[in-house]
Amino acid sequence: MEAALALTIGLLVAAAAYLLLARDLPRALLGFVLLGTGVNLAIFAAGRVGGMVPPLVDPGASVLVAGAGNPLPQALILTAIVIGFGLAAFALVLVMRAHAAFGSVSAEEMDEAERPDHAGPPAVPAAAGAGQSAARKEAA
Amino acid sequence: MRQFLLVAPILVPLLATALTALLWSRPAGQRLVGLAAALLMLAATLALLAEVLSGGMVVGQMGNWPAPFGITLVVDHLSAAMLVITGLMGLAVAIYAMGPGAQERDRAGFQPLFHALLMGVAGAFSTGDLFNLYVWFEVMLIASFGLLVLDRTREQLDGGIRYVMLNLVGTTVFLLSVGLLYGLTGTLNLADMARVAPTVENQGALAAAAVLLLVSFGAKSAVFPLFNWLPASYHTASMPVAAIFAALLTKVGVYAIIRIFTLVFAHDHALFGPIIGAVAIATMVVGVLGAAAHYDVRRILSFHIISQIGYMLVGVALMTPLAIAGSVLYVIHHIVVKANLFLVAGAMRQMGGSFALARLGGLWATAPLLGLLFLIPALSLAGIPPLSGFWGKLVVIRAGLEAEAFVLAGVALAVGLLTLYSMIKIWNEAFWKAAPEAAPEAAPAPGWTRGERLATFAPIVLLCGVTLAIGFWTEPFAAFSLAAAEALLDRDAYIAAVLGPNPLQLAETAR
Repeated sequence: MEAALALTIGLLVAAAAYLLLARDLPRALLGFVLLGTGVNLAIFAAGRVGGMVPPLVDPGASVLVAGAGNPLPQALILTAIVIGFGLAAFALVLVMRAHAAFGSVSAEEMDEAERPDHAGPPAVPAAAGAGQSAARKEAA
Repeated sequence: MRQFLLVAPILVPLLATALTALLWSRPAGQRLVGLAAALLMLAATLALLAEVLSGGMVVGQMGNWPAPFGITLVVDHLSAAMLVITGLMGLAVAIYAMGPGAQERDRAGFQPLFHALLMGVAGAFSTGDLFNLYVWFEVMLIASFGLLVLDRTREQLDGGIRYVMLNLVGTTVFLLSVGLLYGLTGTLNLADMARVAPTVENQGALAAAAVLLLVSFGAKSAVFPLFNWLPASYHTASMPVAAIFAALLTKVGVYAIIRIFTLVFAHDHALFGPIIGAVAIATMVVGVLGAAAHYDVRRILSFHIISQIGYMLVGVALMTPLAIAGSVLYVIHHIVVKANLFLVAGAMRQMGGSFALARLGGLWATAPLLGLLFLIPALSLAGIPPLSGFWGKLVVIRAGLEAEAFVLAGVALAVGLLTLYSMIKIWNEAFWKAAPEAAPEAAPAPGWTRGERLATFAPIVLLCGVTLAIGFWTEPFAAFSLAAAEALLDRDAYIAAVLGPNPLQLAETAR
């Protein structure tokens, strides 16, 4: 059981890594969803798999019965699923907005934030000669 | 009373988020509620700091569950200082956000998101539980996503996608390491984890999980190989947002590194010290070189955030009381100064019409007050005595020399010089040189009313005052940093304060 779980986690994370490297943003987003699933399964595995007895505490007792399943990873995963779902939904809307603004979902074609003319060196003062600044303009 | 003060820094922004969201269609009402909440939060954090200074660490178990099982909130010296600075930044930015562009921002939902961000930051600073740290990170992250793309320009959408994608992966790595650490130690409570970690059989697996944790915190705090998202996105945000991001978001990552690696993995310092030291050196150098290469005020400032993160990691790399005190002092100084520089950059944009140095100029002639207010944080960032940055750098470098980490200390000195270079570059281009002829008239932008001018300059003056206070009246700040460092290094006291004298043993089924 644990070997199968480990193999599944490995496959999910490998597929996620492949998709996250894509230029295509929806693919990268799917990669994030797969990565989240793989990590959730990893948490499940970290809490030990095996107990099939429901984790219920008897009245008066303060510890679980022997062989009970571990409830904590399930609580963690539930929280993580909710958070991951919210983040994925936000990222999807963001990609849709970007698609509307840029007409593309390729990360290559979104270069607004680091456009070179935002970062260009200051123009040469007038005294340094007009030819030089013209040359700079051409280079840009 | 102590317990109430403990949750107040989280509850106040939570209430403010709810109220401002209810007032969605009334921007003026939102602004009033937001300002009142920011004031209240600063007051609450100051009261909490006073409580910590007089009575030591404040610990609370939510829902009265005994220590390792429930959710623990812990506020010690470092947490209290970070909370106060969060309150101060929240107030400064809340005032600043009433300046130019307030109408559009508030209509787009600035106030609820801003307070949700403050709540996430306050929660991350006060939690004593690893999984809750993850949850607070996510609260902070989702609010910051919304704030970053507030204006919905093409530039922001592009920067937002870069920021979102890299941070999503970073926090997923965090979640993975939380799961692995739970599997290895059987607990999520930081104090309990610190107690159990040295006795874990498989130390190799523990170190691997710790490295994953370092990677995710490093991505959050923008250290050397993981910093690319920061200069790609921060400069696209509107100025109040960029200021609060620069002040708090990366510092939460730094705080988490300091907290976890002094508490849980302190027994493995021989392994992590050199790694963090190398990361610190590379971060300082790469950040400052990036800043030296750029000609846009916001980009220069963004790269300087990266460079200064390196200084803050020196404490964790060396792990001596003086070095950690240096880190604490540096974090406090840096949050104030860096946020202030972004606020000044926003005012420069209002007065000069651009963020690009090529299109700025002559501001010293038209706005000498702004020049003075720029010089104070800029020279402090570069470490010119007697401003606050000098003391922070002095303590960090001295700690490096005392620990015989000469490379670390030498790089820290050299990076200070390069920081000065890029600050002088801004000064020369924006303030000193004549206004470029081609540029549009440097007339105040439309809507620059008296009230907006006041809202812009009041927080800048306030934060300059704090910088000067740390600079000229250093002694209490230095003493506080040393006390915080000693509290951080005294792991047994922390564990005893959270778990009580006889810690409960977790059920064996969980291990």
